[in-house]
Amino acid sequence: MNRFKNKSVGDILFKNTTLFFSLLILFLTFAIGWELFSNSTLSLKKFGPGFLWGQAWDPVMEEFGALPFIYGTLVSSLVALLIAVPLGLGIAIFLSELAPPKVANITSFLIELLAAIPSVVYGLIGIFVLVPWMRKAGATYGVGMITAGVILAIMILPFISTISREIFKTVPQSLKESALSLGATRWEVLWLVTIPFSKSGIFGSIFLALGRALGETMAVTMVIGNRPEIKLSLLEPGYTMAAVIANEFTEATSDLYVHTLIEIGLVLFGITILINGIARLLIYKVAEAH
Amino acid sequence: MKKIRLLGGRYKMKGITKLFTSLITALMFMSSVQAEGTLINGAGATFPYPIYSKWFDEYHKLFPEYKFNYQSIGSGGGIRQITAGTVDFGASDGPMTDAQLESAPGFLFHIPTVLGAVVVVYNLEGVSEKLKIPQKVLADIFLGKITTWNHPEIQKANPGVELPSSNIVVVHRSDGSGTTYIFVDFLSKVSSAWATKVGKGTSVAWPVGLGGKGNEGVAGLVKQTPNSIGYVELIYAKQNNISYGLVENKTGNYVDATLEGVSAAAKTKMPSDFRVSITNSPNPESYPISGFTWLLVYQKQKDSVKGKALIEFLYWMLKDGQRYAPDLGYAPLPQEVNQMVEKTVAQIKIK
Repeated sequence: MNRFKNKSVGDILFKNTTLFFSLLILFLTFAIGWELFSNSTLSLKKFGPGFLWGQAWDPVMEEFGALPFIYGTLVSSLVALLIAVPLGLGIAIFLSELAPPKVANITSFLIELLAAIPSVVYGLIGIFVLVPWMRKAGATYGVGMITAGVILAIMILPFISTISREIFKTVPQSLKESALSLGATRWEVLWLVTIPFSKSGIFGSIFLALGRALGETMAVTMVIGNRPEIKLSLLEPGYTMAAVIANEFTEATSDLYVHTLIEIGLVLFGITILINGIARLLIYKVAEAH
Repeated sequence: MKKIRLLGGRYKMKGITKLFTSLITALMFMSSVQAEGTLINGAGATFPYPIYSKWFDEYHKLFPEYKFNYQSIGSGGGIRQITAGTVDFGASDGPMTDAQLESAPGFLFHIPTVLGAVVVVYNLEGVSEKLKIPQKVLADIFLGKITTWNHPEIQKANPGVELPSSNIVVVHRSDGSGTTYIFVDFLSKVSSAWATKVGKGTSVAWPVGLGGKGNEGVAGLVKQTPNSIGYVELIYAKQNNISYGLVENKTGNYVDATLEGVSAAAKTKMPSDFRVSITNSPNPESYPISGFTWLLVYQKQKDSVKGKALIEFLYWMLKDGQRYAPDLGYAPLPQEVNQMVEKTVAQIKIK
């Protein structure tokens, strides 16, 4: 009896501790949001909502608008996804369904290694290898939106391929075998069983990768050209939100300037939350339809 | 079975306790070592970081009881932190504005330490001569008015040099920087179009060009991009072996960025608070894109030990420290300026 009681005390204690940990996350998110908000009041007051579609960026005259940075962040991340999603899923399918175990293990180890490389190293590779290639391939300067997209794609590839592979592995063997026994080809098993079964997980991996791409700073600023203008061509230079904060924060002398940069952080925070919310919704819908 | 496990657990516990106590001892030991010396904290400009870290290192060797900790967080950060009083001294590449000085809780001295030069680097295949760069041409290139290398005005200044007809790729700093401040301060002085359209600051709205992060970023982009032009601190051009041009000064001479040229720029009428821009100096031998870098020190030092240490360091910096400057690409203070600074240091008071 005594023992039982003790156990339940332990259970309650454990439950409350973990609850506390989880609430801490909630608190942290709100604290970050609040801090960003309260430290950007000057620019919020001065520019209002027009900050979101303003295109000027002049630290001398203190005229600021965030649109070129929002555009750059979204477009470079989108380019990265367009490259990394098919590639990552292809790798995951090959590794989990087709490759002999030995090859699969070595390859997946190498891919996971990609995730461990510091982003500044990616930036250096970008400058010294990718940029000259891009210039030869026809990009005006070599640096630019497409170059940033390619570097980002390599960086987020392991997120998509590793997670998707793990998810493909969770598809019950019995399901696949029953499909095979009904005369399905490998291709049909893949499209009729494996992928539908793992849909929500695949979406999850893509949005995790997107989150990484949106926030990446160092590698992007090294290859994107850092020009706060909206150019429709992907070959032209651009700029991202994370990059402008990292670049200009240290030397921002006036209060308004600092507040503006923090507001950019607030916008990035908002966009990330928005995208994650949409992702949740999407995964929810997919799971429901299943 | 259970007993053995328990014992094992106990041993583990002992191991952890041991580790813990030794860690604590180590920590205590470390803090006691720190308490013996005096730690003086500073923060600010990145431009003079190489010479400052050299100085603090050498000074620590001479006087082990003093340890200087310098964070090169940028001039803006240096000004903010010295104003807030979180550091014992600040450092900046651009002089503080009157409004900034007024917002500080005490009177701040600008102490010039060394001089630096910003050079115009370019990547032109087949051009081995040092290009002569007229003032107006430089401003027009960065304004986007001159877009090709064989523009008549560049050709006129460089007769006999075969210039390509390709487009000029402009490269500038993407991060806020004292180097940018000195460069655009010069452009503002020589071009009224620049002064009204762009102005000066540690970051500006560049009319054209690509942004590289840091001196090394600009140097890297210029080195890699054919037909590009950019600006970096002298030492980065030398280290990376990039060609840099002769810039026309106020008297019309084309001057190389030598230490003599930079020192010559400082031989100008010096205000008593040293807040002076020496770009486009009227001295005929001067290199026109030069600048001071300053330490920011309160006239009234609150902490007597740190204040005394700081004053002693400043005297040493003026007397012995200056000789380390040339090796790192900085010009030492000219004699007259050095003497003036010494008088200012003598005015620092310890409470």
